[in-house]
Amino acid sequence: MKFGVVRFPGSCDEVDALVAARRVGEAELLWHGDADLKGVDAVIVPGGFSYGDYLRVGAIARFAPVMGEIERFAARGGPVFGICNGFQVLCEAHLLPGALTRNSHLHFRCKDQALRIENNATVWTSGYEVGARAVIPVKNGEGCFVADERTLDMLEAQGRVVARYIEGSPNGSMRDIAGITNERGNVVGLMPHPEHAIDELTGPSADGITFFTSVLKALVAA
Amino acid sequence: MSRVRVLIRPKAGILDPQGQAVERALPALGFEGVGNVHVGRLVELDVEDAARVPEMCEKLLSNPLIEDYEIQ
Repeated sequence: MKFGVVRFPGSCDEVDALVAARRVGEAELLWHGDADLKGVDAVIVPGGFSYGDYLRVGAIARFAPVMGEIERFAARGGPVFGICNGFQVLCEAHLLPGALTRNSHLHFRCKDQALRIENNATVWTSGYEVGARAVIPVKNGEGCFVADERTLDMLEAQGRVVARYIEGSPNGSMRDIAGITNERGNVVGLMPHPEHAIDELTGPSADGITFFTSVLKALVAA
Repeated sequence: MSRVRVLIRPKAGILDPQGQAVERALPALGFEGVGNVHVGRLVELDVEDAARVPEMCEKLLSNPLIEDYEIQ
């Protein structure tokens, strides 16, 4: 299978995402200005500071030519994974509900974070056990997930919270939400960075690689 | 062209940590008796058709999920 990793002006984690994706398949960069997904089987919208985070995080990236293609790809059921700034972009594009705002304590937070995997029915998390503990780095200034109560209740009722912060929240997210999915389970957004946790040599664990192997397994099974 | 100012504020009920931080900082400088501080954004623009500004606000200038806007 082939992953596509989007590069916006201001992306900074696209290379680590490529490295992680290449552990399980082929991967290539997708340029934000090209309305072309190059026939990839899964799309990763990586972390960084697209367009300098001007106006609001993810607000301008949402209108990049590549995003129209990603929205159509997602609507067809194509696997899309937004990490950190990518999660913010997917929320701004309304592919996922809610928004990411300034951390409640106002500090940029960079640490190894414990998560509880809450949903293994998405194409990006099928390789985890529900309840699994994963240690994955977070590094964000605007990672505080917010949505109105009705949306939060709907996400909980439909099991669409993919991962929750445990052992302390790094950003004040409502209901400790670290990641969510769309109704169909093909679009997932996650604030922590699994692409930085694929090898114990360079990360706190190799717990993150399962996001990438999950989608391979899901596509092979399909 | 007409000059338009758009004020964008965090919606009521949405956590505004910047407003809270400013509110806490003011008494430290001796400015007592300040409450309900909110930090937003001001966007100024010259437009040919001011009737299109609300749509600009809905689509780009604000995020209606977390922000209110006011056109002046």
